[in-house]
Amino acid sequence: MSVPPSNPLALIAELTHRCPLHCVYCSNPLEMKSGRDELSTAEWSRVFAEAAALGVLQVDLTGGEPLARADLSGLVAAARAAKLYVNLITSGLGMDERRLAELVEAGLDHIQLSIQDAREAPANEIAGARAHSRKLEVARWIRRHRIAFTLNAVVHRKNLDHLEEIIALAEQSGAGRLEVAHVQYYGWAFANREQLLPTRAQLDRSLEIIHAAEVRLKDRMRIEFVVPDYYAKYPKACMGGWGRKLMLITPSGEAWPCHAAGVIPGLQFARVTQQPLKWIWEESEAFQRFRGEAWMPEPCRSCDRRAQDFGGCRCQAFLLAGDAGVTDPACSLAPKRHIVEAIVAEANARPSAPLPSQTVRPGWLYRPNPA
Amino acid sequence: MLMLPEKALRLLGPSLQIVERCDGRHTVAQIVSELQKLYAQAKPEKVEQDILEYLALLHEKRAVNFE
Repeated sequence: MSVPPSNPLALIAELTHRCPLHCVYCSNPLEMKSGRDELSTAEWSRVFAEAAALGVLQVDLTGGEPLARADLSGLVAAARAAKLYVNLITSGLGMDERRLAELVEAGLDHIQLSIQDAREAPANEIAGARAHSRKLEVARWIRRHRIAFTLNAVVHRKNLDHLEEIIALAEQSGAGRLEVAHVQYYGWAFANREQLLPTRAQLDRSLEIIHAAEVRLKDRMRIEFVVPDYYAKYPKACMGGWGRKLMLITPSGEAWPCHAAGVIPGLQFARVTQQPLKWIWEESEAFQRFRGEAWMPEPCRSCDRRAQDFGGCRCQAFLLAGDAGVTDPACSLAPKRHIVEAIVAEANARPSAPLPSQTVRPGWLYRPNPA
Repeated sequence: MLMLPEKALRLLGPSLQIVERCDGRHTVAQIVSELQKLYAQAKPEKVEQDILEYLALLHEKRAVNFE
């Protein structure tokens, strides 16, 4: 055995895969769990306590839509009782004023509300549901509470040209933070990538807008920006390194090193119902598989950046190159970089907006809502 | 530890003493005056300036709000 790993800092609790939205870039796996397979309130509560004992500081309650769980305020209270900082990542659907007050009362520290666009029709098209106006109402309720509030906008080819409107909407919403996150191509987003990947011109323009807004809004709203890694020179330090900082628990209680790890063939995931969280983190096969540097091929192994980006993302390496053990093709130094370059070239060969004469709607692959 | 969305700041010494007082009851002037007493050997105007700069930094990170 190598050196024992550092302790995880955050736990991503995917409470459910159920969701009233059908977002075309959802990060959930293509194969989703039904509500019948979900962990119980007591099982989640024990996981939160074990996580805190292991050194975890924050829990992200996410899904699917966490509000689909009737016991959500009980789960918030359990995480708070374990002394975790409690984030709720929500679409807002399923929220009402009374439920929000209960969640705040239970000890919720921070709420991250997603929007799909600043304009109603395209927002609803991306969500596959009439959700936009409801979200704006939820934002008004959140503002009445003393709670940290982030508005999250996932950006892509179809809404990047509305970025200034999205920022204006965030300013009006009263959010303290705005997260502008480019789509990451996993799960449903990978399936819909052709229609989501922006052009270089769209990306460059969006960077100018973001930088100007950061300066203008310095004292009022903080803007966090997640870059699209197909356009990056170096890959993202996915999850802060495999098995280094984060662990994700699926609705049915499997412990995954990241949102997409299920795509990697042959990885065995331990269950929180069968093994202690500490053992899973320190000893289980899935968390050790790409931990540290022993697995690295060249050029990562001798690269000066290996402790910064950890060779990039293992799931992306598998999805693009068919091998989770190679350098992330998003890296400009990767032997398989040509795969990303071909995808980007194709995306830039098409106009970013459909011509007015084109009346045919794009055929999205929508995420279903599991039973 | 000062917890933020997707971040945690480890606080030590004066940074902890400042943040502990950001409790919705202390005014900035009260925080300054209490820290000036704790650091009586330092120049009072230097203590004030450091506190104001630190609070502005925390505000920029949305770690504290002014009311």
